[in-house]
Amino acid sequence: MSRLSTRICVALVLGSALLMAALNLYTNAGSPVHVPTYAVSLVGKYLSFAILALAVDLVWGFGGILSLGHAAFFALGGYAMGMYLMRQIGPRGVYGNAILPDFMVFLNYKELPWYWHGFDNPAFAIVMAIVIPGFLAVIFGFLAFRSRVSGVYLSIITQALTYALLLAFFRNDMGLGGNNGLTDFKEMFGLSLQADTTRAGLLVATAIALTLCLLVSRFVVASRFGKVLIAVRDSESRTRFLGYRPESYKLFVFVLSAIMAGIGGALYVPQVGIINPSEFSPANSIEAVIWVAVGGRGTLVGAILGAVLVNAGKTYLTGAFPEVWLFALGFLFILVTLLLPNGVLGMLQSRGKKDAS
Amino acid sequence: MTATGSILYLDGVSVTFDGFRAINNLSLVLAPGEMRAVIGPNGAGKTTMMDIITGKTRPDAGQVIFGAETDLTKLDEPAIAALGIGRKFQKPTVFEPLTVWDNLLLALSGDRRPRFTLWARETEDECQRIHDILKTIRLGAQIHRRSGALSHGQKQWLEIGMLLAQEPQLLLVDEPVAGMTDSETAQTAELLVEINRTRSVVVVEHDMAFVRALGVKVTVLHEGSVLSEGSIDHVSEDPKVVEVYLGR
Repeated sequence: MSRLSTRICVALVLGSALLMAALNLYTNAGSPVHVPTYAVSLVGKYLSFAILALAVDLVWGFGGILSLGHAAFFALGGYAMGMYLMRQIGPRGVYGNAILPDFMVFLNYKELPWYWHGFDNPAFAIVMAIVIPGFLAVIFGFLAFRSRVSGVYLSIITQALTYALLLAFFRNDMGLGGNNGLTDFKEMFGLSLQADTTRAGLLVATAIALTLCLLVSRFVVASRFGKVLIAVRDSESRTRFLGYRPESYKLFVFVLSAIMAGIGGALYVPQVGIINPSEFSPANSIEAVIWVAVGGRGTLVGAILGAVLVNAGKTYLTGAFPEVWLFALGFLFILVTLLLPNGVLGMLQSRGKKDAS
Repeated sequence: MTATGSILYLDGVSVTFDGFRAINNLSLVLAPGEMRAVIGPNGAGKTTMMDIITGKTRPDAGQVIFGAETDLTKLDEPAIAALGIGRKFQKPTVFEPLTVWDNLLLALSGDRRPRFTLWARETEDECQRIHDILKTIRLGAQIHRRSGALSHGQKQWLEIGMLLAQEPQLLLVDEPVAGMTDSETAQTAELLVEINRTRSVVVVEHDMAFVRALGVKVTVLHEGSVLSEGSIDHVSEDPKVVEVYLGR
């Protein structure tokens, strides 16, 4: 069943991304099948969120680690990409400074801070979008799991982690744009970010990244490692008496998940055109957990489904009835917890089983 | 006393929880290949003793030696499990979402590191070992069943199978027959005797009939130390034991 749903999901993600890109680029604006560019970027954003949801499901659904700070890794990946995009602006900024981004000129920076060096190189920025979230996850996970912090205590410190980063990134002294973050991007890999082809290319790239993350996650959870991980989730101390070290297993999956979240963030930023400290807000991480709960915890494919469904609902509701969105989200979470403990995918699967029997 | 010639050697072990002496100057020597029954009233320190041997609890004082010279007080649970000490809990704890097969697969002795398990494929040798164990624990027909769907007795047996798969030299078994029917109890006694042919075993149990059926040396614990030791007939006639069990 999970193999089948993975195949369907991969076909849908890649197929619809390619179809949307083609309909955007090769049909005229007046045509009834034309897909406007804003829709291409919107779906691209959903798919970046789906990568974050997948990352959350990997640690929560299989490792039992309820991270309420996963958006922090997403935002860090986003900032790494944002720094590259800032450097690409070059002398086209408002102040026309070829080296310093606008906000640095405004804040009287004399030279580029040391940690900005290298970000003019796209390959370096992409590596950093993986390494920085991964490195933070190694440090955080090593300390937390070695000290056997788990359950709600772990959830609380992950919230504290993302909140601390939120406060840090708000500071102008951080050299990352403070409150306003990084924005006003012009180009990526020398291609205009306003061009339809770049937008379509980003959507397809996001779909491919999501597919790869899904396949890697599926490989991990289907392996013997994945079975140990489920054992750890259900009875950590028992696995210890069997001779396994749960902390190593949790650390591995936590770091892998943080890296995926970072990749999601790096793909998110060029498509929405901005990254600012609000991406670190604890509510974002909680929202990601809700996507997973709605789609179906511990199913991988369900996380993707949940992220797309909830975000599509959010786009509609925040446009049509802006004031009800948060109530709707809260209500949805209660509804899913009470009525669909296995999420939408779980419901579909148990339907399928009933029909088959 | 020295640790020479014993598989497990506890000497002068004490542990205190918040001022309460759970284990008080406890000494116990187990010979290789021996089966020992440990009995005692509630709160006598039986489970705490298991916790100390398996590394879950660190003693405040005393020596815990496995084999010739391995000091268990310096090691944690996975390291002690890797040495060849298996533990069965009071409540059957199998991994419920996994199948019977997968439960045994995870328990099989072998490399436990993530970098191995991530790429591991089931070898023929592993399959053979699992089939052998399935025969012993009589769960051959349930291979692909979720272990959470097994009956209470079957779970107990699966857990014993998982212990066998670990191939431990020393087996610690906590109340194996709690909640079992009489026939299951008798079968479990047979199984333990069978296991004891190749491994040393420590059984903690309340059920006196079961202990008698095992027919082994008995250690009676009371308030964290050894009250009496010897055959079941010897200890049940010991006036100190009678007093503890029947009350003053």
